[in-house]
Amino acid sequence: MATAETASRPSFERRLPISQILLWVAGAVLAALIGYWLIKNAVESPDRFLEVTLIGITNGSIYALVALGYTLVYGIIELINFAHGDNFMLGTFQTNGIVNDGSFQIPLFPTSFVLALPLGTAATASSSSGQKIYTILMCLFFSMLFCMVINVSIERIGYKPLRNQPRLVPLITAIGFSFILQDVGLVWKDAGPQPLPNILPTGNIFHWRGATYGWNDFIVIAVTIPLLIALSYLVRSTRSGKAMRATAQDMDASSMMGINVDRTISFTFALGGALAGAAGAIYALYIGTSKFDLGFRLGLFAFTAAVLGGIGNLSGAVLGGVVLGLIQAYTEGFWDARWTTTVIFSVLIAILVFRPSGLLGEQVPEGQ
Amino acid sequence: MSDQASPETPKAPSRSSSTLSSWRASYRRYRNEHKWLGWGIPLAVVFLAFSYPWWGLEGPLAFVFNDGLGIDSDTLFNMSVYVMLALGLNVVVGYAGLLDLGYVAFFALGAYTLGWFGSGLFTNLDWHFLDTNASRLPGIHLSFWVVVLLAGAICALAGVLIGWPTLRLRGDYLAIVTLGFGEIIPDVFRNGDDIAGHNLTNGVRGLTLLDRPGFGERIHDASGGILPVRYTSLELRPWYFTVLAMMLITIFVNLRLRDSKMGRAWIAVREDEIAASAMGVPLMRTKLWAYAIGAIFGGFAGAVYGSFINGIFPTSFSFQISVIVLVMVIVGGMGNIWGVIAGAMLISWLNFRGLDKIGAWISDVPGVSNDFSIAKYKFGIFGALLVIMMLFRPEGLIPSTRRKAEFAEGEGQATLYDARA
Repeated sequence: MATAETASRPSFERRLPISQILLWVAGAVLAALIGYWLIKNAVESPDRFLEVTLIGITNGSIYALVALGYTLVYGIIELINFAHGDNFMLGTFQTNGIVNDGSFQIPLFPTSFVLALPLGTAATASSSSGQKIYTILMCLFFSMLFCMVINVSIERIGYKPLRNQPRLVPLITAIGFSFILQDVGLVWKDAGPQPLPNILPTGNIFHWRGATYGWNDFIVIAVTIPLLIALSYLVRSTRSGKAMRATAQDMDASSMMGINVDRTISFTFALGGALAGAAGAIYALYIGTSKFDLGFRLGLFAFTAAVLGGIGNLSGAVLGGVVLGLIQAYTEGFWDARWTTTVIFSVLIAILVFRPSGLLGEQVPEGQ
Repeated sequence: MSDQASPETPKAPSRSSSTLSSWRASYRRYRNEHKWLGWGIPLAVVFLAFSYPWWGLEGPLAFVFNDGLGIDSDTLFNMSVYVMLALGLNVVVGYAGLLDLGYVAFFALGAYTLGWFGSGLFTNLDWHFLDTNASRLPGIHLSFWVVVLLAGAICALAGVLIGWPTLRLRGDYLAIVTLGFGEIIPDVFRNGDDIAGHNLTNGVRGLTLLDRPGFGERIHDASGGILPVRYTSLELRPWYFTVLAMMLITIFVNLRLRDSKMGRAWIAVREDEIAASAMGVPLMRTKLWAYAIGAIFGGFAGAVYGSFINGIFPTSFSFQISVIVLVMVIVGGMGNIWGVIAGAMLISWLNFRGLDKIGAWISDVPGVSNDFSIAKYKFGIFGALLVIMMLFRPEGLIPSTRRKAEFAEGEGQATLYDARA
């Protein structure tokens, strides 16, 4: 953002400090090495490269959905909503309950009791395809609803009263909520991994040498893209979307213009929660297992994606999600899965230090 | 930036009517009339702390402290280590106002420093310097006291290296970057058993058989047998006294730092970065010092902890520890040493023993099932503590007056963290 400003100003001569030049050179060398490494792998085993890339894009689209929740909230109240990843985890648990027990469940938190609303959605791998489609749709719907309600309640209870406090106060509150949600998951299900049967269609769409692309991979994309289009429409073309963008730009001015800021912020949290719920449903169905502490790591990865694309920028979050998915896939596919965490957090730190505005730049006020 | 009250006269906080505050006020008044309390009370507390093994562990009050509250030697040691950690984090979060979510990195680095310089990890080396082991073991074995200092130095260096590129970031971005480092460093230790073919950390198997502190034969004899040759896992009192002494040093350094030129610079940076910078406070250097000094205490604590546990495993340095230490600082009162110590003692007691004890008490209540497990609620309780503190008392239980005024001011600070050097 700073470079664009200075470039358009003709009168001042820009003198780059040596350290800046060295930094750029180092960055270019690093980029060239990574590019060489990728091309080398692509040439050596093109089928494997294709397979890894497809895995990356599929995982990346899940990251993108979660990242959108971070970016929406950050765009409007500049808060890193730490609880978002754990909200996503609760979405996976809800999906788990819908598939395994056939009911929509509301955990009555401090106790281990669960309020169950039977939906007749219990399905296994051998159920009829009609039953499977019904279950998948119910998973998506109820998981989105569930996470939406959680996100909005957290905002109402925790963040709204702290809107005028120093920024670190709501941030610490968000960490607190992250721990609470983790505990909700722990008390609701147990500490171990929570498996669920594979009810996504099996079989390959195409098969090229060693690389395969299955229907289950396709479903992830097929759910994600309509959601992104719907979100884009919501933010660009509806009154609520306009109110959201106005609030992000200037909260005081928009409240003077008659926008109900509180409701708009809640609406933003609802949108973010719904996306986290959808991501949770897809994750649980696609990966087939989830765990109560899944949200922390995955949430941070998704946050990295949001930062990578430029936090506050919706298309940036999607791009960042896909790029992050690719980074993870290439690290795991061609190097060593043990180093994934280190690689991703290094990317996060490097982006924050060298280009805090992300790949697509900070376009917070204008929405997208 | 709206107008702020001048730092000399903090505004009367709006929520000052709580009982705790009025107690504090009347205590202040009483202390002003009786000057000797200023040094008398700390001295009494130090005496009580050092004599705890004789009145709390065993002796007259053992049935309350050791049996009732479960503060045995292990818990006592852990509590003291966490007090050190909290005091170290207090320099970063409380004084300089930099939210550090990766403090566990320094704790881990301190422990691994002990692993490098006080264990048989590098078997083909044979370096010894004043070590107090019974026989000459392979590996690097430096005197434990040297290792502790080394741990502090290495952590300070790491703090500067991490802080140098990142401390110019805005508050919440800084929090994320420190969190990133807090995840990366244990991850590197976890995968460090095969870095270009070298085993640097022994990976997930962790490091065991670590050197213990000790004074050697000569000092042992010279002190008339009071200072032990080497600490054992059976006699825990020397461990407690050692960590207590280190804690006292930490408190002393904290106090002196707060009143030093550097401490005043930290508070100025915390309150208003731009104004501090305009007054000639070098932002980067001030923040780097805070970060490095905080890291030193983390390193000290890590080295002692590793030696006491006699095992260092990458899994024991998780994000949860960073958050628990942060909870201690926040619950106690950011920036106030006494608040932080109280918070650290309370939270670490809850963490190590208290919750289990409370769970057992609840299970004893008739009508509650026996399989009630409070351990399941640990996360939730700490999370709820954070949320409740932030909502109702963001300045902590025993806040520093200054910090309280800052929080009461509220909105004036909203843009404080936008400044980027």
